[in-house]
Amino acid sequence: MEGLTLSDAEQKYYSDLFSYCDIESTKKVAANGRVLELFRAAQLPNDVVLQIMELCGATRLGYFGRSQFYIALKLVAVAQSGFPLRVESINTVKDLPLPRFVASKNEQESRHAASYSSDSENQGSYSGVIPPPPGRGQVKKGSVSHDTVQPRTSADQQEPASPVVSPQQSPPTSPHTWRKHSRHPSGGNSERPLAGPGPFWSPFGEAQSGSSAGDAVWSGHSPPPPQETWVSFADTPPTSTLLTMHPASVQDQTTVRTVASATTANEIRRQSSSYDDPWKITDEQRQYYVNQFKTIQPDLNGFIPGSAAKEFFTKSKLPILELSHIWELSDFDKDGALTLDEFCAAFHLVVARKNGYDLPEKLPESLMPKLIDLEDSADVGDQPGEVGYSGSPAEAPPSKSPSMPSLNQTWPELNQSSEDTAIVHPVPIRMTPSKIHMQEMELKRTGSDHTNPTSPLLVKPSDLSEESKINSSVKFASGNTVDGYSSSDSFTSDPEQIGNNVTHQRSHSGTSPDNTAPPPPPPRPQPSHSRSSSLDMNRTFAVTTGQQQAGVVAHPPAVPPRPQPSQAPGPVVHRPVDADGLITHTSTSPQQIPEQPNFADFSQFEVFAASNVNEEQDDEAEKHPDILPVEKASDSASSLRVAKTDSKIEEKTAASVPANVSKGTTPLAPPPKPVRRRLKSEDELRPEVDEHTQKTGVLATVLASQPSIPRSVGKDKKAIQASIRRNKETNTVLARLNSELQQQLKDVLEERISLEVQLEQLRPFSHL
Amino acid sequence: MAVCVAVIAKENYPLYIRSIPTENELKFHYMVHTSLDVVDEKISAMGKALVDQRELYLGLLYPTEDYKVYGYVTNSKVKFVMVVDSSNTALRDNEIRSMFRKLHNSYTDVMCNPFYNPGDRIQSRAFDSMVTSMMVQVC
Repeated sequence: MEGLTLSDAEQKYYSDLFSYCDIESTKKVAANGRVLELFRAAQLPNDVVLQIMELCGATRLGYFGRSQFYIALKLVAVAQSGFPLRVESINTVKDLPLPRFVASKNEQESRHAASYSSDSENQGSYSGVIPPPPGRGQVKKGSVSHDTVQPRTSADQQEPASPVVSPQQSPPTSPHTWRKHSRHPSGGNSERPLAGPGPFWSPFGEAQSGSSAGDAVWSGHSPPPPQETWVSFADTPPTSTLLTMHPASVQDQTTVRTVASATTANEIRRQSSSYDDPWKITDEQRQYYVNQFKTIQPDLNGFIPGSAAKEFFTKSKLPILELSHIWELSDFDKDGALTLDEFCAAFHLVVARKNGYDLPEKLPESLMPKLIDLEDSADVGDQPGEVGYSGSPAEAPPSKSPSMPSLNQTWPELNQSSEDTAIVHPVPIRMTPSKIHMQEMELKRTGSDHTNPTSPLLVKPSDLSEESKINSSVKFASGNTVDGYSSSDSFTSDPEQIGNNVTHQRSHSGTSPDNTAPPPPPPRPQPSHSRSSSLDMNRTFAVTTGQQQAGVVAHPPAVPPRPQPSQAPGPVVHRPVDADGLITHTSTSPQQIPEQPNFADFSQFEVFAASNVNEEQDDEAEKHPDILPVEKASDSASSLRVAKTDSKIEEKTAASVPANVSKGTTPLAPPPKPVRRRLKSEDELRPEVDEHTQKTGVLATVLASQPSIPRSVGKDKKAIQASIRRNKETNTVLARLNSELQQQLKDVLEERISLEVQLEQLRPFSHL
Repeated sequence: MAVCVAVIAKENYPLYIRSIPTENELKFHYMVHTSLDVVDEKISAMGKALVDQRELYLGLLYPTEDYKVYGYVTNSKVKFVMVVDSSNTALRDNEIRSMFRKLHNSYTDVMCNPFYNPGDRIQSRAFDSMVTSMMVQVC
């Protein structure tokens, strides 16, 4: 093609016109449609128009390429200036005024107005496209000034047209509200109850008010420079705002095109960049989208299911096919649900589409949901390099998309938890009650990860579990009791050291002032207690999770007892004591037989324990409330354990009053032992069973009495509340324990019966 | 690799059918149609066992002198049929399997779209582009 030199203004003007005519954005314009209207609007005789078209080569090609279009425009200018149409005149005629396409405006408006009532809104939106000069600056240059006169008139003509146009369709209500918006930019848009489609326009109201300052004027067309015209145009501002958004990058391109190929290249770049900015979501828009999201899904971290989204977007009255495509673009993770980011992207695409923008083939960068992993804080979302998007900065979604990261986290989380649960395999070892607690809590924690993929619980537990795991591993490592607490093979030593673990946890967590560091999660739960993984705990700990928000582990403290600094050395000493205790226990087991009458005596122990507790209450009234629960539990446990043998009872009783610490520690030694089934003989079983029940009973009473213990002596209310909370947790834990032990009791009783039967069968033989 | 890809619904009507050399479309349509019989045969043969045990990939349905027809059926009885040029001897079974897997994944994505009504023709552009990528390799 002939070289074409265009001035800057001309260039801009022509590119605007080309974009305007290039509806399909195919970078070539058919000879019909807009182009014809345009040429007709040039108020040139038809033969001149034909001649122009011939000259520019469109008839040869069959369509208007960009260069042809520009040449045609130039020829139009030439013709309008009265110069003879020659190919050479393109470049020879200097200082050509820009071709004027004035009257066409009205034609188009009226045409659109007519079609608007009967057609979809796309046309309406197109009518809006006309005036909105794609925000090119420099519009008000002097060269254009003479054009402004006519535009004004057409603007006036537009005014009556558009208001007529707008109210007829569904977005209709929007103009009114939207007008208000422009008047009151700060008005609470989101709160206004708009009709379904209405809201689609209101964001633009917001955006418009924000960008009204930057409104540009269509150079050759009716420029609604005055704000009022923007306001009165129901449809225009939305698009104008959209278009004004791609402002800077477009204006910056002032390269003078001298070669057709260069022209094309520039145009492509500009067009793509011009597409870039429209995809950017402004803050007002984003806020609006977020509010809309909330109406469907109050949880910002949650998902909108596909069906709800379908209903919502169907209200926009876009064709299903386009909605389907929008969905494909915006559902980034292809999960059939929309996160907040995806929803905003989809909403934005719908809005853009309704304003006449074609849907891109790929999701624009600025709409890409930023997958920010909470832990990695790395962008997980892929960002395919869009053409020419380098110009505009992609807008990072203001709010992190927690649902996305949680989604990403779900997989590693699930893996972890699956590993955890995999490690937790049934081991035929009876667990101590406290260990059961830990197991349950562990299961609950991992279980909650499974069951709440979308809730914040997933996020929190993941973090917290990480934390807690670290804590626990640290503590456990320091405690040297359970390594990695996932090893079920350490079970053999576990029962011994359950108490240790507990005390370890207590001690370590006690070092932290407010016990914000979550107590280490209990050792791996043993699925031998499938009961422990029942749902009750989930509920319980979910509640407690909700209560302990910041920084507190999702799983409640393993054991109620507050950490005691004094107990720190205790556990260390405790271990050897445990061993001894174990031995003593086994040694005492033979004593159990003659002590069967103890069964009857357990009621005494109850009384005793109660009295013991009362004594303890008096004692502990003076003590730190934090320590109270610890001692309470430990004491009660100890008292129960002690109940095994009368002698022990007396000892413990004597020891209980003065040395709480020692009492706390030493009695813990025996407790775990009896629970171990391996060590038990039949006789052991019985006392243990009863012991358990007694223990739970006493524990329950103890715990029940705990809150009632006067905690005065200048304790902070906070500390009291904290201790109350802990006690409540203890309560729930121990209640659980109770039920567990009841079950164990039943099992053990059955075993006992069977063993007795066997014994009886054997006995006659022994006599023989 | 493929010259024709078709997605057939449970009721044996096409949800999506596309062939590369557009002039022979009718021939491909006919081939796909006849292959449905073979697919049904294979399904019923294996169908006595539980659905789980049934393999989704059906393999070569039948060869003609110019083309080979491969089949794949999903658990919801949606069938994918692919016609491959016989001259492409390099195509191994694994590759066909992977192509079917991609098809299946794309089909699942289409299904996930709430705006897609099951039973409609598949008009998803993403699906189109995926099929194009599979077919273009031939040329």
